[in-house]
Amino acid sequence: MPSLLERTLIVMPAFNEEDAVRQVVLEVFAKLPGVSCLVVDDGSSDRTVEEATAAGAVVARLPFNLGVGGAMRVGFRYAIDHGFENVVQVDSDGQHDPSNVVALLERLQTADLVLGARFAGEGDYTVRGPRRWAMVVLSTFLSSTARTKLTDTTSGFRASGPRAVRLFAEHYPAEYLGDTIESLVIAARAKCVIAQVPVSMRARAGGKPSHDPFKAAAYLGRATMALFFALMRPPVPLHEPELER
Amino acid sequence: MTVTTYIFGVLSALLTLGVVIEMLRRRRLRERHAVWWLIAGTMALVIGVFPSTLEWAADLIGVEVPLNLVFFVSVAVLFLVCIQHSAELTGLESKTRILAENAALQSLRIEALEKRIAETSAPE
Repeated sequence: MPSLLERTLIVMPAFNEEDAVRQVVLEVFAKLPGVSCLVVDDGSSDRTVEEATAAGAVVARLPFNLGVGGAMRVGFRYAIDHGFENVVQVDSDGQHDPSNVVALLERLQTADLVLGARFAGEGDYTVRGPRRWAMVVLSTFLSSTARTKLTDTTSGFRASGPRAVRLFAEHYPAEYLGDTIESLVIAARAKCVIAQVPVSMRARAGGKPSHDPFKAAAYLGRATMALFFALMRPPVPLHEPELER
Repeated sequence: MTVTTYIFGVLSALLTLGVVIEMLRRRRLRERHAVWWLIAGTMALVIGVFPSTLEWAADLIGVEVPLNLVFFVSVAVLFLVCIQHSAELTGLESKTRILAENAALQSLRIEALEKRIAETSAPE
């Protein structure tokens, strides 16, 4: 029986991350022995592919930019094709600490989808203003949909178990914000068990989170709309695989 | 209405229909997209040839100025065509997205197979 980490695929959507991706991949391999790492290059125009390959990751190249949702779909389908049980999404910009993956995977033993939450105690990540309100509104609604307390619903640091991987390989949404908000709604409605684990976030290797109030307000609007439509869409069932053939 | 405007109306409708049918004939336009334009062109031709049908229709549904009925129907047709195009665009986008995903996965497979072939056929 291969170990938990050997049955796990780390998926990193990467769009123009040539500065950070090599370090992040090397750190993943150093901190998580035995794990497999797939970098999905989301139509980058820089040296992301070369950097990730040099670090030893398997690199899937999308011919043009599809967004995080499209990149993650490739990751889930690759996991199914190659027999991986768990998929952990890690950002390629270095803001997620790979050592937290172990905690996520442990929690995954009794859950189908585990979010790495930034406000659950660990670390010193703070946001204010409309962006903060957006996150509060989202977590209130999504907590009730998922029947569990979620404090950081837009976290891109998440682990999916076998049931969620099968569901997402078929139904992962590709629209803007679909990868975070709508995917939670889809999972909750397919009766997946959702949980969260506190993680610390590091400052991003490149760029600062935007504090422009107009952008934050636009984000609030788009997030609310994404949530509204996600709740209006018909739920998709999770097909259990046929047992013992 | 003068004879000139009458002829102008009929000719415009014929021209529209002619363009649509010619594009259909050369396969520059698919039937499913042409259907709205054919309906609009035919209505324009009928009203052009028999202007009294417009007055009759306006009277029937209680539109006081018959010309307003023309504007209303035109806007409605354009609106429906636009929505149809948005829906088609959404479908095409998701098809290209799936093709892109498949292309990425296929090239990974090809790379893995090439590697395996290179390993097995390498001289001992």
